Amino acid sequence: MALFLQQLINGITLGSIYGLIAIGYTMVYGIIGMINFAHGDIYMLGAFQALIAFLVLGVLGITWVPLALVITLVVAVALTSVYGWTVERVAYRPLRGSTRLAPLISAIGMSILLENYVQLLQGARNKPMPSLLGGGFRLMSENGFNVEVRWLQIGIVVVTVVLMAGFTLLITRTPLGRAQRATEQDRRMASLLGVNVDRTISLTFVIGAALAAVAGMMVLLYYGQIDFYIGFLAGIKAFTAAVLGGIGSLPGAMFGGLLIGLVEVMWSGYFSVDYKDVAAFTILVMVLIFRPTGLLGRPDLEKV
Amino acid sequence: MTTATVGTIAAAPAAVNYRDFAKRAVIAGFVTLVLASLLVGIETVSTVNGLQVATRYRAVLCASLGVAIVYFLVEMLKAGRTLVPLLVGLAMIALFGVLEWAKLEGLPLGDQLPFNSWVVNWGVMLVPLSLVLRSLYLTFWAGGQGAVAAVGQRETGFTRFYLRYNKLFGALLILFAVGLPFMPFADRRLVDVATLVLTYIMLGWGLNIVVGLAGLLDLGYVAFYAVGAYSYSMFAVDAGLGFWAALPIAGALAASFGLILGFPVLRLRGDYLAIVTLGFGEMIRIILTNWWWFTGGPNGINNVPRPTFFGLVFERSAPPGKETFAQFFGLTYSPIQRVEFLYFVILVFALITNFFTLRIRRLPISRAWEALREDETACRALGINPRNTKLTAFGLGAMFAGFAGSFFAARQGFVSPESFVFLESAVILAIVVLGGLGTQIGIVLAALVLIGLPEFFRELQDYRMLAFGIGMVLIMIWRPGGLLAHRDPTIFLHHGKGKT
Repeated sequence: MALFLQQLINGITLGSIYGLIAIGYTMVYGIIGMINFAHGDIYMLGAFQALIAFLVLGVLGITWVPLALVITLVVAVALTSVYGWTVERVAYRPLRGSTRLAPLISAIGMSILLENYVQLLQGARNKPMPSLLGGGFRLMSENGFNVEVRWLQIGIVVVTVVLMAGFTLLITRTPLGRAQRATEQDRRMASLLGVNVDRTISLTFVIGAALAAVAGMMVLLYYGQIDFYIGFLAGIKAFTAAVLGGIGSLPGAMFGGLLIGLVEVMWSGYFSVDYKDVAAFTILVMVLIFRPTGLLGRPDLEKV
Repeated sequence: MTTATVGTIAAAPAAVNYRDFAKRAVIAGFVTLVLASLLVGIETVSTVNGLQVATRYRAVLCASLGVAIVYFLVEMLKAGRTLVPLLVGLAMIALFGVLEWAKLEGLPLGDQLPFNSWVVNWGVMLVPLSLVLRSLYLTFWAGGQGAVAAVGQRETGFTRFYLRYNKLFGALLILFAVGLPFMPFADRRLVDVATLVLTYIMLGWGLNIVVGLAGLLDLGYVAFYAVGAYSYSMFAVDAGLGFWAALPIAGALAASFGLILGFPVLRLRGDYLAIVTLGFGEMIRIILTNWWWFTGGPNGINNVPRPTFFGLVFERSAPPGKETFAQFFGLTYSPIQRVEFLYFVILVFALITNFFTLRIRRLPISRAWEALREDETACRALGINPRNTKLTAFGLGAMFAGFAGSFFAARQGFVSPESFVFLESAVILAIVVLGGLGTQIGIVLAALVLIGLPEFFRELQDYRMLAFGIGMVLIMIWRPGGLLAHRDPTIFLHHGKGKT
């Protein structure tokens, strides 16, 4: 029971992070129907920029943790959003209206480019990060096994919930959200009705990148180390989460992220750590075979 | 020099809106500044006291300024003004030349080069160089001022030329490939690289059956390559089977893997299929790494025997009961014989793959693949069984990957999971797509560019993959249909495809 509870807490934390990345995939897929393969690397860029921002703040002498956290968050989110925007502008927009494969190849190229860019600039080594938010409290104790909740885990879950709430409001209540939904349904019609489609798509990438940057910063704080390659697996798992939840569906992405996080953590806890990635992929295959639209997705009518 | 001065120097004819160009160029420069500010401008250095930071702000400033200027010049080129881009491009190259020279002479000016690494400096210089070349081209060959850069899916002169002399071109290429090891300039290294390129050409041709003909996006092709490599290695090391005996088994195993994996997932459409195949590719790699008592784990399998020539081995001295190639033919032993033999083996393999594809395109099954690629719903209505048809494509593609994998294992002499990462799948897919989906010679071209060229720049190791990524994006933007943008004529009922 204690092990289960502890793994549940860890899984929810990890799942929140996956969920935040998954939103970027699901939004982009919903709006232009492409797998933004470089999204995992955008998340990696977010983590790196957060790390560098922390270090710079340390040099500048800003060491009061809450202030440093806020400044870092703002800087990382802002800069990573610009990366998201640039990637779309440079690598995807010229290919709009091209074959379905072209943007995917371009995205894979972008992903390779970004990984090597960071590796060359910042080195291939693990980057350690001193723990800022230590501590936590003991939830219960059973046969000498302590179930601990770290403050950081609570923080991650709270931030995720707040972001999700704000994001849902953005999609359902604002003109931007309305434009996004319109573009998603019918791009040509939306542009005829005065929606600036290019801008809407750009903003979608920007929002996705901003959420990925938050996820990157959380991972940096949570695991305390990053390297240039973290984007690949996290990206695949987040995409799995998006598919699991039903691609194009925002609550689905969050739900799928939680599920993938839980499965991964439970699998490591009860079976074997080595095969935890296999578990995530197995779930993906199972879902796609038995319920191809995902758990919360709408069935996709095929037009002749 | 700032962008504003460039704008005023150019005597502006009314038609061109330099102010707009300048505005956008400044924005581009500013975006670069923002992008580079942390990741380029600040370096994290690992020391004993944890991470320290070091700045390198000259690179950031140079990059932003350079992007702004180049952006402005490109806009001018697009508007058909070629003189200023030509002059500024030459000036940039000259400035760079002076700085390089100063560095060579040890003058203090030499420290002012924009980036710390000479590779990046020289690489960045390609940009003004291509500006200069482009403006020269527009001035002298493309009819001067009025000619605006043609973009898009137009069949270029090269594609047209290739289409006219298709057969001749192919025959010449094969002749060249057969003769390559005997050319005076062919040393061991060149033949080695050619063998590698041919392996990728074969993989590309194999994947082309799946992606190009049947239109199934497979991101885990390397899994079947791995199955082929590991099954040959295990049969050879554990069961003592020779290369030629194990080859059909390895191919069959890879093909059946393709069928087993394909069976449940092939009813999925496009992108879902891509991600599931990616998942399978990763799963196979993870299993190969962790199932150590069966696959040797991360260390892989060592001492995989090399292929023989009708039982003749390529060693200095033959094992008991066997003869070496050199003894049999009365030659003096030289290690290059083995290298050349391996080259011919993969050449034959690749040509068989090619021949197979060319022939199967005339069969109903291939027509069915192409029809499925264009419109699955219509195929269902016409009584084609989509799943079985796709499965054959998947299985055949996997089989060729299995053959190539066996060859890979035999050539390397060892296999380990390291060789079968996702990047390999991406590279093979990139070869197929960059070559122009469905064209056989395009794949040769793409493999030469993507695999052959970087091999000769091994000195630039660190920058290889970066250039690879940039190349993939650039080729896609300039020629979204691939280097040889052409599809065999297929009958279309209507062009605008429905939602895919």
